[in-house]
Amino acid sequence: MKRNVAIIGGGQTVHAARRHDVNQVEMVNEAVRAALADADMTMDDIDAVLVGNMEFFEGTHMTDCWLVDGIGTYGKPGLKITTGGTVGSTIVCAGAHHIASGLYDRVLCIGFEKQEEGDTGAILSGVAHPLFGRSMAGAAVGYFAMLGSSYMDTYGAKEEHSAMVAVKSRQNARKNKYAHLKLDITVEDVLNSRMLAYPIRLLDMCPASNGATAVILGDEKSAKDRCKKPVWIRAMDTSHNEQFELDWRDVTTTRTIFSKASAARVYKKLGVTKPAEYFDVFEVYEPATWAEMLWYEDLGICAPGEGFKLVEAGKTEIDGPIPVNPSGGVLATNCIGASAMNRIWEAALQIRGDAGGHQVPKDVNRALTTAYGGTNWTVLVALSSSLDD
Amino acid sequence: MSERVAIVGVAQTRFSPRRADASCTELAYEAVKQVMADTGLKMERDIDNTVSCSHDIWDGQTISNINITDVAGGHLRNEEKMAMDGSTAVHYGTIGILSGEFDCTLVLAHTKMSHTNRNIVNNAAFEPIFTRLLGFDYTSAGALQARRYMDKYGIMPEQVAAVAVKNLGNALRNPYAHNKGQVTVQDVLSSPLIADPIHQMEMAPDTDGAVALILASEKKAKKITDTPVWIKGLGVCYDAHYLGDRDLADCMALEKASQQAYRMAGIKDPVKEVDLIELGDEFSYQELLWLEGLGICERGGAGKLLESGFTAFDGSLPVNPSGGLLSGVPANVMGLNRAAEAALQIMGKAGDRQIKGAGTAIVQGHSGFCGQHHCVIVLGKE
Repeated sequence: MKRNVAIIGGGQTVHAARRHDVNQVEMVNEAVRAALADADMTMDDIDAVLVGNMEFFEGTHMTDCWLVDGIGTYGKPGLKITTGGTVGSTIVCAGAHHIASGLYDRVLCIGFEKQEEGDTGAILSGVAHPLFGRSMAGAAVGYFAMLGSSYMDTYGAKEEHSAMVAVKSRQNARKNKYAHLKLDITVEDVLNSRMLAYPIRLLDMCPASNGATAVILGDEKSAKDRCKKPVWIRAMDTSHNEQFELDWRDVTTTRTIFSKASAARVYKKLGVTKPAEYFDVFEVYEPATWAEMLWYEDLGICAPGEGFKLVEAGKTEIDGPIPVNPSGGVLATNCIGASAMNRIWEAALQIRGDAGGHQVPKDVNRALTTAYGGTNWTVLVALSSSLDD
Repeated sequence: MSERVAIVGVAQTRFSPRRADASCTELAYEAVKQVMADTGLKMERDIDNTVSCSHDIWDGQTISNINITDVAGGHLRNEEKMAMDGSTAVHYGTIGILSGEFDCTLVLAHTKMSHTNRNIVNNAAFEPIFTRLLGFDYTSAGALQARRYMDKYGIMPEQVAAVAVKNLGNALRNPYAHNKGQVTVQDVLSSPLIADPIHQMEMAPDTDGAVALILASEKKAKKITDTPVWIKGLGVCYDAHYLGDRDLADCMALEKASQQAYRMAGIKDPVKEVDLIELGDEFSYQELLWLEGLGICERGGAGKLLESGFTAFDGSLPVNPSGGLLSGVPANVMGLNRAAEAALQIMGKAGDRQIKGAGTAIVQGHSGFCGQHHCVIVLGKE
C-alpha cells in the first residue's frame, strides 16, 4: 500500500436474536455512534462511508441508500459492497484502499445484518447454483455437515471435539458483553442438543444474530495525531473459490484451496514462518465448530489432522498459548454482514488491550483475522500494534 | 494523484430485451473473453484484481458474484462486488490501483432483467416500513421527480420527450443498442403513459447484457495500449432516502460528486473543457436534470439547451452520442456502459458514433431511485 492505514476507532451493537426495538437504520446507528465516540470524532471528521450487508437477508434492495440517516452519508461519498459472509472484511480492505489511494484520510466502515427480518436458511440455500445445486442445498448446515463428516472420517476426530469447540466459544462469549449466545454449557449439553444434519447439532452451529459493527480507519497522520492506540493493518488478502469444485471441503483434497492460498500470500508478505508464534491472537470466522479446527490447520497453526488435538489440549483457550476467538467468535455471534468485521474489531481491541472481560492474559501485539463466505471465500487481515513488522 | 490510472480496454455484449441463449455467467464471459482478446492480456499473468457490479435481487442468486467468480478470474484470487451502479466499480477499481495494492483490474457488470420483474426489484429498494407498501418503483418515483422538476422550472413535456428523440436517433449509429429509431416528439408523447408524465419511450427498456473494462496503472497501461484513457477525476455522493426529505428538482448529491471530480481533474468550466458526456438517462427527464447537476447549464435551463441543439450528436457538447440508457442497457450495467462508451470515444474507436476530436469526457451514473447516489468520472486523452 502507498500509505499506511490504521484502525483508529470502532464500536459494535449488542447482539441478539430479536431487536424489535430498532429498525435497520437505528440499529446500525448504534454501532456508528459507538465508533465515533471511541475515536472521539464526529461525522465531520469522516471523509467517506463504506457499507457491507447482504441485501437478500433482509429483502431490502439498496440498503445503503436507506441507511443514509443512520450512517451519516447524506451529502457524503460512500459505496456499498456485498460479498456474502466475507463482506465485513472486504469493507475494511476497501476502506484501507480508499485511504492508501491518497484521496481520503478517514473512512468509516460498516457491516451489519438484521437476520430476524428474513429467512437465513432459505437464503443461504440460494448460494447454490439455480440449475445444478439449489435443489440439493441445505443452507450453511448442509455444507458444514459434509465438512465435519469428512474431517471425522479422515482424521479420527470425534463429536466430542466439535462439542469442545462449541463450549469454548460460548464460555468465552460469557466474558464478552456484546456477544449473543452467552451459554454456560458443557460438552454433554452440546452432545445432547438437537441433530440438524449429521454430525452438526444445534450447538455446533452459529446463531442468526442481529447487530452491526463499525470501524474507523485513518491515514498515518490521523492515527498519530488523533489516536492513542492505533492498530495498523499490515497485510490483507482475498481468495474466492469458484462454485463448481465440489470436493471443496473434502479434507484430503490436495488442490490448493482458498484458505491456504490466502494464508500463504499473507505470510509471504509479512515474512511469517511460524504463525502460531508470530501472531499473539487469532479471530477466525467459524460458522460451525469444524470450520474452526480446519482454520487451525489451514493457517498453519498446526499440521493437517491435528486441529482437534489442539482443542483437546486446550491450546486455543482464552488463556492458552494460542488463543483463538476469545470474543466467542461467530459460533456465539453471527450477524453475517458484520461477522467478518467483528473479527477485525475484536482483534484490534485485543491489541489495544481494551477487550475487557475477554482480554487474553498476555501481551498482544499482532493478530490475524479470517472471514468465511460464498462458496468457500475468505479475506485475511493481519494487524499489529507497530509499523515495524 | 501521483500515479495515474487508465482504461485500457472495453467490451460489451450485444444488448437485447431477452438473451435466453445465455446465463448470467455466459453473458459476463462474453464480455470478459472479448476484452481479454482485444487487449491481449492473460488473466493469470496480467489481471490481479476484479471488481464487479451486480445485485442478488436482480440475479435471484444469493451473493450474485458467485455467478461470475470463475469467468471473472476470481478463483483463489482477489474479487469484490459492488451492489451499486457500474460507474462506482470504475471509481473503486481506480482507488484500488491508486492504493498500490493492484496493478491491473478487471471491471465487470452484468444483469439479465428478463428473468425477473423490475417493479418487484425496484419496490424492494424502498424502505419496508412506510414507503414500500405504497407500491413505489423507480418509474413511479421518477414520475414524481419529473413532475416536480417540470413544475418548478416550467419544462414542457415536449422538451422532455425531445431527449428520447435525440437518444433513440443517436442509437441508430450504435450497433450494440437494441432500442433505436427515427422518432418524433409526437411519437414519444403518444407512446403508452407508464407513470404520468413518463411515457414508455421515455424509460430505459428491460435489457440483458454485460460490459467488461480493464483499468491499469500508468506503467502497465502504456505497455498494453497506445490509446490509454486516463481517469482524471472521480466523485461519489449520497442523497436522502425519503422522497419527502428533499426537493426532487434539486440534485445536491450530483453537484457534490461532480465538484469532487472536477476539482481532481482541474476542470473549472466543464462546458468549455469537455467534449462529450455519457450520463444515466434511465428516464428522459433525468438527462435534463443531471445536466443541470453537472453544471452544464443554469437551473431549469436544460430544456432550452437541448432545443438549441447544443447537446445533439453534432452539437457543441454531445450528450449520450451512444443513445444512452434509453437505447437499452441493463440495470447495474448502466454506468459501466457509460464509462465504456466514453472511453471508446476518447480512444477514437467509437465507429459510426465517433465524435470528432473527443479528448475529455464526463461519465455519470446513479444508483437507487431518483438519483440517491451519484458517481461522476472525468476521462481524458492526456
